Amino acid sequence: MLKQVPDTETVIKIGPDGKSIATSDIKWVINPYDEYAVEAALRLKDSQGANVTLLSLGPQRAVESIRSALAMGADQGILVDDPATEGSDALGKARVLAAALKQLPFDLIVCGHRAVDDDENQVGIMVAELLDIPHLALAVALEVADGRVRVERPIEGAKLKLEAPLPALVTLGGAHAVWNPRYASLPGIMKAKKKPLEIKKLADLELPPEQVGAAAARVRVASLELPVPRQAGVLVPGDTAGKARELVRLLHEEAKVI
Amino acid sequence: MAQGVCVITEFRGGAFRRVSFEVASEGRRLADALGEPLTAIALGDGVAAAAAVLGHYGVEKVYAVDQALLKDYLAETYAPAAAEILKTLQPRVVLSAASVDGKDLSARLAARLGAGLAQDCTALKIEGGALRAQRPVYAGKAYAWYEWADGATPQMASCRPNVMACLPPDPSRSAVVETPAVTLPAAAKCRVLSVEAAAGKVDLAEAQTIVSGGRGMKGPENFAILEELAQLLGGAVGASRATVDAGWRPHSDQVGQTGKVVTPTLYIACGISGAIQHLAGMGSSKFIVAVNKDPEAPIFSKADYGVVEDLFQFVPALIEELKKLKAAC
Repeated sequence: MLKQVPDTETVIKIGPDGKSIATSDIKWVINPYDEYAVEAALRLKDSQGANVTLLSLGPQRAVESIRSALAMGADQGILVDDPATEGSDALGKARVLAAALKQLPFDLIVCGHRAVDDDENQVGIMVAELLDIPHLALAVALEVADGRVRVERPIEGAKLKLEAPLPALVTLGGAHAVWNPRYASLPGIMKAKKKPLEIKKLADLELPPEQVGAAAARVRVASLELPVPRQAGVLVPGDTAGKARELVRLLHEEAKVI
Repeated sequence: MAQGVCVITEFRGGAFRRVSFEVASEGRRLADALGEPLTAIALGDGVAAAAAVLGHYGVEKVYAVDQALLKDYLAETYAPAAAEILKTLQPRVVLSAASVDGKDLSARLAARLGAGLAQDCTALKIEGGALRAQRPVYAGKAYAWYEWADGATPQMASCRPNVMACLPPDPSRSAVVETPAVTLPAAAKCRVLSVEAAAGKVDLAEAQTIVSGGRGMKGPENFAILEELAQLLGGAVGASRATVDAGWRPHSDQVGQTGKVVTPTLYIACGISGAIQHLAGMGSSKFIVAVNKDPEAPIFSKADYGVVEDLFQFVPALIEELKKLKAAC
């Protein structure tokens, strides 16, 4: 599963409605954590011959991101693009994705643990709950063998190894350096243009429309604001030793943090 | 009619995690604003005997499920237990910790109960008898206030560690502990194969002080001075993406939009120029110190205290001064 998000270089501006961002001049990319998921899936394809389907929830421009991941090596894509899903909260989005997944054969679902736009940290987990399958969070390593998936996952102050029977959902953590998602090759880009990409509507998913969209949302953004700019700081004066002395004094006496 | 605030605690290795006391304290403030009771759900192996301590932070009653099957967090055992209690209790507001396990459990519960959830909140308030929650989006490049649809309860929010102020514990107050019978699966399908503790290492997401290094560190061997500085301050070492990509530091140290988003009391950035993704990940730290020899580095725009110096000269001098301060205290 992948989501299209603004590139992380993007400078965020608030849109005229005061609840969403201004979307002009934004470069849209695959959510980095979802890109790690694509890479993890393609490694299973390379090593075990898995068939990799991409699933995304609209809008139409997300087609570009699906094509990018097809160019990396995935086999086919599905985009659910229906105006009725607009304004859905995380649970509404999870219902759409889960309904689409119910129509697909799958052993393993992989996606990012969060999308770096609204950082909701819940859609993937909710999909696992709605499908009643195990969820393994924040994987930094993943292997599949004998009908089971094993992951490594850091928690506060420790590292866990977990396993679950398939079918299961794994949300990916780690960083670019862990997964190093592959670049699309030129032949890959050419092939991607011919790979199947299906656009689905809610009606295709047998999902009652009253379960999604703004009217079904239990929680919504009331307002969006930029962070309060930090007050201009001070440059600590003196020579090297003097600066060190003065910084310790400031942190101890003024900020009172040491 | 839904009423009251319920906090879901986190119990690991025989003790409640500090963030649970932060969440209980925030729950107390919200319950007072509503004029409604504060309860808690405590799940774990050996949790019932420890649960009365939650009263020190204002919890009136704890629903404890104390079973060996709950030793490690697994959604398939924790979610049905917590959901069953919540269905009976029908609280207006449910708070949890935005920890690794807390976020997983919260999302599972929200899907199970058909509730709205805001994860990783940095501020909560009651307005017109309903919850409002603030949380960072775009890793802190913007902040959103969330509201719940009319009548949509429970209103669920998980709280970012280190942000909600802990009440001073009041040992004279104790919580009533009840142990309701709940139905758990006979055995879990998921298995924890191993737990490897990172001995003595403070986790970045919960560290009060973070000393971070960037490309200016010039190589992995030079991080030793940052380790020493962090140790003196009782903190953790963080890193910029450039140093993680270069293989100098483990990925778990990465601070930024695709890494940890952190909120320590003190963040000391050494040799970090300040890419937009890094500034988003650490910009809500309470005090920021930047050490960089380039006075034009963007990191200085976020710094409360800027030091234009060669870090290889400055950090050892800073360590000396800190040792003097420690000796004097």
